[in-house]
Amino acid sequence: MSTEAPEAPQAPEDPQRRTLQSSRGRFADPIFKWTVAACGTTVLVILALMVFRTTTEAWPVFAKEGFFGFLFGQTWDSGGSRTEITGTYGAWPFIYGTLVTATIAIAIALPLAIMVAVYLTHLAPRRLAKPLSYTVELLAAVPSVIFGLWGLHWFLPNVMRPFFELVESTLGWFFLFEGPVRGVGYFPAGIVLAIMILPIMTAIIREVIAVQPLEQQMAGYALGSTRWEVITKVVLPSSFSGIVAASMLGLGRALGETIAVLMLIGGSQSWGASLFGTGSSMASHIAATFGESSPEARTGLMAIGVALFLVTMIVNILARVIVWRLGQFTGDAAV
Amino acid sequence: MSTSTLTPAPHVPLSVSPPGSGRRRFKNNVATVALTAAMVIAMIPLVLIIFEITRRGIGVMSLEFFTATEPPPRREGGGYAAGFFGTLYIMALAVVMSIPFGIATAVYIVEYGPNRLTAAIRFFTDVMTGIPSIFVGLFVYGLLVIGWGSLGFGTFVGAVAIAVMMLPIVTRSAEEMLRLVPNELRNASYGLGARKWQTIVHTVLPAAAPGLTTGSMLAVARGIGETAPLLLTAFGTGIIVNAFQGSPQGAVPMQLYRGATQPFEAGIDRAWGAALSLFLLVLLFTVIARWIGSRASVSR
Repeated sequence: MSTEAPEAPQAPEDPQRRTLQSSRGRFADPIFKWTVAACGTTVLVILALMVFRTTTEAWPVFAKEGFFGFLFGQTWDSGGSRTEITGTYGAWPFIYGTLVTATIAIAIALPLAIMVAVYLTHLAPRRLAKPLSYTVELLAAVPSVIFGLWGLHWFLPNVMRPFFELVESTLGWFFLFEGPVRGVGYFPAGIVLAIMILPIMTAIIREVIAVQPLEQQMAGYALGSTRWEVITKVVLPSSFSGIVAASMLGLGRALGETIAVLMLIGGSQSWGASLFGTGSSMASHIAATFGESSPEARTGLMAIGVALFLVTMIVNILARVIVWRLGQFTGDAAV
Repeated sequence: MSTSTLTPAPHVPLSVSPPGSGRRRFKNNVATVALTAAMVIAMIPLVLIIFEITRRGIGVMSLEFFTATEPPPRREGGGYAAGFFGTLYIMALAVVMSIPFGIATAVYIVEYGPNRLTAAIRFFTDVMTGIPSIFVGLFVYGLLVIGWGSLGFGTFVGAVAIAVMMLPIVTRSAEEMLRLVPNELRNASYGLGARKWQTIVHTVLPAAAPGLTTGSMLAVARGIGETAPLLLTAFGTGIIVNAFQGSPQGAVPMQLYRGATQPFEAGIDRAWGAALSLFLLVLLFTVIARWIGSRASVSR
């Protein structure tokens, strides 16, 4: 807003006197209102179309396999027919892959995100706190295909593979860590996912911790508590619901992430208990096989998409409800 | 209650630590070290990624990389011109589709709300940010590629998918920026006799312009890197495609993905170059957006 130098007021040089006397303006207001309202409603229309279009597209597959047959069926063998559903569509290997990678990601990212958020709010030198949190959030700006490239061609051969071989040689008797270590698989996909969801989780937990009332923490210090005791006994318990919301938003991201997982999970259609085994997640299977699929197989992929959408929607809506009940603090963090 | 009946506690000098305090202090120090270590660990991936894409990408980036199309993967040289052109084309269309819509939606929410409809729009915009990108691709595929009019793969449907990804980001940030415009400005405008639409167009939107730019640029930065929805809509190609719709269009992230997952070293090298240029592009948009936002007249 530029402030103009004070001058003697003059009559506005507006020959048409647009603002007051023209009758055009009378209709402009409702037209404007309905235009922006229509734009707003588009969001709802798009969402409704999404649900409707994909579900009708995928319906023949659900009709043939049954909902539970689809979810827990073990074999995915798509047919090549153009008019009817001839293949067998059991999405369990992909659902399992999604669940395993997302679980690994949350298990690694959640403790780290809490610790980083606590560090940023309670320990970081004041001048460093802001640049540090910017840097962590910059990680969220890196496109996922770059995570995939870096994970596949640098992180996997140089860091993860030696680590996996070490784990396999010491803990190989345990069914989760059974060999052989192939390189790509559930575990590396989960680790890279953890890196990818760390920024959003850190950002939300940091905001939740930052708005905790200072009085309680001061009271804690006044009773002689150490900083660690104030953090664990005052700050974190009252931030609990925010931490839950952050984990669910992170989980939503992890469930739906496609390209990075696709490049690291190995892309096989089988599943096994070992974390070193290769497999597919729901999203990665769609992206991997879509290009060469027959129309019928794409109907099957559409069904996987609908199942994935349902799961992520439930997770996201729960998270949003928690966040909304906490108050309106979400800013860029939640985007 | 008389205090005289109580026997006074023996005097404890404050300099003496109560029992157990050594252990507590030790715990506190361990925790401090652990938290600092966590911060360092969280920084490591970003540093490693930036280092590695710079080291391996810098040699690939040359004029040829931006002006030539890609040879078969085992051959050296060539570049991602097709991808850059496709990304530019798709992003231009996606920006035209998503940003006016997103800002108009935010105007409706802020200037005409709150009512039930705006509450629903806000909630579902939030929900939309969490929709998996691959599902957006499937949706646009089902709706436009094989659905209405059977448009087939192409630039336009790819842009629609990216626009759907960008829309909630634009709306959310625009909404926050419009809320920060002080009501005094609106009242001053009304006081001068302006109608509501004139107030919004001539007063509110200009006042919020820097913030709106920030949000839109962050949305573009997000859109540039999207890969999964494009695989299902634009489909990808290695040649420069001018067609608005009807023949598959390429994009940098898609080409990067294909280059990175094939076995030949030359193709992988080019993928690193693409990763570096993609990262720089996203970084540029993010930094400029933050810079505009930080010097905005209306800011948080």
